[in-house]
Amino acid sequence: MDLMNPSALGIQAQNVKAWFGAKEVLHGLSLEVLPKHVVAIIGPSGCGKSTFIRCLNRMHEVVPGARMEGRILLDGEDVSQHDPVALRRRVGMVFQKPQPFPTMSIYDNVASGLKLNGLRSGPQMDQIVEESLHAAALWDEVKDTLGKPGTSLSGGQQQRLCIARALAVKPDVILMDEPCSALDPIATAKIEELIYALKKSYTIVIVTHNMHQAARVSDETAFFLMGELVEFGATSQIFTNPAHKKTEDYISGRFG
Amino acid sequence: MNTNASTRDVVNVAAFGVTALCAALTLGILFFILGYVLIHGIGALNWDFFTKLPKPVGENGGGMANAIVGTAKLVGLAGVFGLPIGILGGTYLAEYGRGRFSFFVRYAADVINGVPSIVVGIVAYTLVVMPVRHFSALAGSIALAMILIPISLRSTEEFLRLVPNAIRESALALGLPQWKVILFVVYPSALSGISTGALLSLSRVSGETAPLLFTAFGNRFWSSGLLNPIASLPVMIFTYSIAPYDDWHRQAWAAALVLLMLVLLANVGARLMLRRRTYT
Repeated sequence: MDLMNPSALGIQAQNVKAWFGAKEVLHGLSLEVLPKHVVAIIGPSGCGKSTFIRCLNRMHEVVPGARMEGRILLDGEDVSQHDPVALRRRVGMVFQKPQPFPTMSIYDNVASGLKLNGLRSGPQMDQIVEESLHAAALWDEVKDTLGKPGTSLSGGQQQRLCIARALAVKPDVILMDEPCSALDPIATAKIEELIYALKKSYTIVIVTHNMHQAARVSDETAFFLMGELVEFGATSQIFTNPAHKKTEDYISGRFG
Repeated sequence: MNTNASTRDVVNVAAFGVTALCAALTLGILFFILGYVLIHGIGALNWDFFTKLPKPVGENGGGMANAIVGTAKLVGLAGVFGLPIGILGGTYLAEYGRGRFSFFVRYAADVINGVPSIVVGIVAYTLVVMPVRHFSALAGSIALAMILIPISLRSTEEFLRLVPNAIRESALALGLPQWKVILFVVYPSALSGISTGALLSLSRVSGETAPLLFTAFGNRFWSSGLLNPIASLPVMIFTYSIAPYDDWHRQAWAAALVLLMLVLLANVGARLMLRRRTYT
């Protein structure tokens, strides 16, 4: 627990700056995500949305030459003090393009995080796999084909498989980096329903290019522009009565 | 407009024709070599060739059993020495390597790839043969390993790079340490590529003659252990084909055919075994 914020749960980002090499892409962002809330991050391409959420689970520093400054607190603890490997078990991530592990079956994909961290196969593993697939709303579609390759599923199913895979390691937070951008409208609707259901148990930060999606799934919305946070507030307020002209222009489609 | 369209069509047809011709030519050369060796070699091939030792000069018949086993031993040992270094080094370059050190490793590997193999033979001669004053299977396999390492290093690196970075990131984001990501996610995804590369490097050194001339030397009898001179198919082909005896010429063709078949079998076999869901 951080002594300055003894009761702070969720995520607090304080003055986060990030670089790729010499190029500064985030210029000091601060925002707070409450536990079991969904925060949507919107903004034009290249505004630093993905970079920001990759700072939250320290995936940003995986890129050669990338670094960050500022503080990010997860339940009051500074993430820079965490072992990044342990941190990423608490802060799961779903990527833009569904990426099942190509050599693994559906079952093994979901179990991969547990298996490779030493959990033995057995009834406990079976149970976690089933729960995770249920939670990702995929169980009914794959329960008879768990031994088939993960890559044999459709794109939308693959993305839900990736969500199940992230859920299986029992994170507190799930980061989603444009999880529907490669999916058709029906698969997108399923993922959105899923996000709504997952909110009961998880804190979610989702990057999206789709205004309607942000409006549908999130409690709060953050609007980023060129590495700065322009506006952050309740989603209903951002979309109906934005405080900034730029926010209004962006969500009404006048630029970006 | 009309003339433009027809010029475009002519250029298109010409470009297609030239590239297709060159592709066919490449395939043609391969089949020409295979066919030529097959026609000349098949006649001299019999059971004795695989089971008997070479006969003394002037006596017809005999076989090259010792050279077949010798080549297997030399190449196998070269693989044992060289493949771990090549594959792990290639893994370093693809998964960890950034900056100046990797640049030099890569550059050195490419330079060694271009060095005539007889030079590698001389190096192995100086390093291994001279100190013990004895030709040996060990010296031969070390010479072959020196040729094999840069080939397998570069091919491992190339095939690992074909695995999309998103796969690595997905695994890292599950809270897996990097070594587990490489071992359990990246390697399996590149398995068929890495093994094909390993096999190609073995195939390549199994035909090397020059580095064996003054390391493994040759032997007309069975060679025991690793510290004695040993026969190999390429050196036998070389010795027999420049000898003045017709029977030896025929046996050299047969040896060439056997060497080709062994390489072909190993390649096809590995391909069939490794048909899996991988990126490479």
